[in-house]
Amino acid sequence: MTDSRSEALSDTLRPAMSETLDASMKETLVSVRNLGVTFGRGRKAFQAVRGVSFDIRRGETFGVVGESGSGKTTIGRAIMRIQPVSSGEILYLGQRISGSIPRALDREMTRKIQMIFQDPMASLNERAKVEYIVAEGLYSKGTRASKEYIHEAVSRALEDVGLLPEFSSRFPHEFSGGQRQRIGIARALIMQPEFIIADEPISALDVSIRAQVLNLLSKLQRERRLTYLFISHDLSVMRFICDRIAVVHLGKIVELADTETLYRHPLHPYTRALLSAVPLPNPELERSKKLLVYDPSVHNYSAELPEFVEFEPGHFVYGNRPELDGYREKLATLRD
Amino acid sequence: MENDVVLSVRDLVVRFTLRGQTLTAVRGASIDLHRGESLAIVGESGSGKSVFTKSFMGMLDNNGRIDGGSILFEGEDIAKYTTEKEWLRVRGKRIAMVFQDPMTALSPLMPVGKQIAETLALHQGLRGKAARARAIEILRDVGITDPERRYKQYPHEFSGGMRQRVVIAIAVACNPEILICDEPTTALDVTIQAQILGLLRDLQSRYGLTLIYITHDLGVVASVADRIAVMYAGDIVEIGKSEEIFYDARHPYTWALLSSLPQLGERGKDLFAIAGTPPNLFKPIHGDAFAPRNPYALKIDYQYRPPYFDVSPTHKARTWLLDPRAPKVERPEILGRIREMGGLIHD
Repeated sequence: MTDSRSEALSDTLRPAMSETLDASMKETLVSVRNLGVTFGRGRKAFQAVRGVSFDIRRGETFGVVGESGSGKTTIGRAIMRIQPVSSGEILYLGQRISGSIPRALDREMTRKIQMIFQDPMASLNERAKVEYIVAEGLYSKGTRASKEYIHEAVSRALEDVGLLPEFSSRFPHEFSGGQRQRIGIARALIMQPEFIIADEPISALDVSIRAQVLNLLSKLQRERRLTYLFISHDLSVMRFICDRIAVVHLGKIVELADTETLYRHPLHPYTRALLSAVPLPNPELERSKKLLVYDPSVHNYSAELPEFVEFEPGHFVYGNRPELDGYREKLATLRD
Repeated sequence: MENDVVLSVRDLVVRFTLRGQTLTAVRGASIDLHRGESLAIVGESGSGKSVFTKSFMGMLDNNGRIDGGSILFEGEDIAKYTTEKEWLRVRGKRIAMVFQDPMTALSPLMPVGKQIAETLALHQGLRGKAARARAIEILRDVGITDPERRYKQYPHEFSGGMRQRVVIAIAVACNPEILICDEPTTALDVTIQAQILGLLRDLQSRYGLTLIYITHDLGVVASVADRIAVMYAGDIVEIGKSEEIFYDARHPYTWALLSSLPQLGERGKDLFAIAGTPPNLFKPIHGDAFAPRNPYALKIDYQYRPPYFDVSPTHKARTWLLDPRAPKVERPEILGRIREMGGLIHD
């Protein structure tokens, strides 16, 4: 086991990375503690997120995978602080950022945490020029930036994402989907963030443009030591970009592990069903593939309630004791 | 069966007039559709894949027209159709379509059962109880449980995957010969996507459908397609059996599309990305449309449009690289990973 883990880990470390960086990678940037989000109240209350906990380390790409309605976007929005939390808390470098916080911290977090949205066709203001769209964050209360500074910053942000500074005087409709997503990234970058939440940033894009945007995001991460939270339903892309992945089902994390472990030894039946549904670009494999369907009635929680436990170092799974014993057996046979 | 051609498209040209300028969306594309097969047409947005198939149903926008070539459907050239009346004999009845977004394809104001019955009334003259019974039967066929109750429900009472099943039900209601699916699973979750693909395969054999499957993602079609056509800038640049495209592609554009699949990527390394942008279709194209983005481009690519070169009786590609006089080019190494790829779930 240790072998495959260290192998998986060394995969994620880029060659240029020094030992100090290695150490700082273990620093926890964002810590989500027992997060709960409820929509509505009283009898109509709906719990979208239920007791979710995880840590995001500085410099890593953390993935949250789930189907529509699983609450993955709500988790992202809660960390972004555009969705109030109903229970639990969110810490940023040990400091609580959920609930009511001092104004100075609020401003700092508004700058440090940025978001990239899914559909570049819908997330840009059609009536504003690119310069305004990209600079909008700088106009926020409290920052009195000069015109020259803003112009300069916009040019730089556009260049950083591979667009020409001249584009700043154009309107969004003059751009292709890939270029518009770059504008969305420039808008986040101009705030010099530490942490970027990307909610399905590439699912609306063509395959070839997808590759360009993914490469851009990983280049920016390398250059600026950014930390990413990627939210997606597309497991094939997540395997390629994420260091660690949490699988969300009905508002709960059912499994969390580093990417290779999760793909090699998925334990929870929901994770296995999700992985079996990923289309593979290989006709022979696809034809022989067996589709697993998740049936929640396989869980028998009458005798013992399930918990979210660290099954093996770094690999968390949601289950009760009999289930975990079953997973352990299965894992042992797999490793033989 | 191989020779039983349902639809034969020859040198089809489709043009649009936009603000006084002419855009050539389809530049002389040809294809033969065999009865009972499922064909995937793969291309990026703007490659003309949707326009190409919409022209089989007379569904081009008002500013668009078929400007050359023919579409032979059961011996009749439907490209010559001019009136709506002629098209109505084909559209929806013999060639039907499933759209990407089930939310916009259904009327929000009408129970879903009625929407199916409406189609049956229009094309098959079924009314009242007969239409209702048939609609319920079709709902059951597309995997909707408790169809009697569901018949009376409105689209907003269905989940995304169920809604797409209803759209498919409407499309197959009239026993069409050809079913065109335009990105039918792009808006859906992976697990639902897998179910819908399974449903389409199932319906294909049950209803004896010929399937055209349009997508931008090569990664999804491996399970559904017998044959794959790759479109670029309004032309089919390569066509072959699914295995021939995935394991033995010959056109540099197909190579590029396959190489950029994230399934083939290695974490920590850049994904392969195609440089540049597709050509401007408002301007005439000389030579091979892909040449400016093609790292293997030859001089001749900029001057003469390549003809099709046969790789096998079922596989051909439009690239000068296949000319016997062309220098030998090895396909990118990364494509070897497709065959080596293991399944994700080991048991």
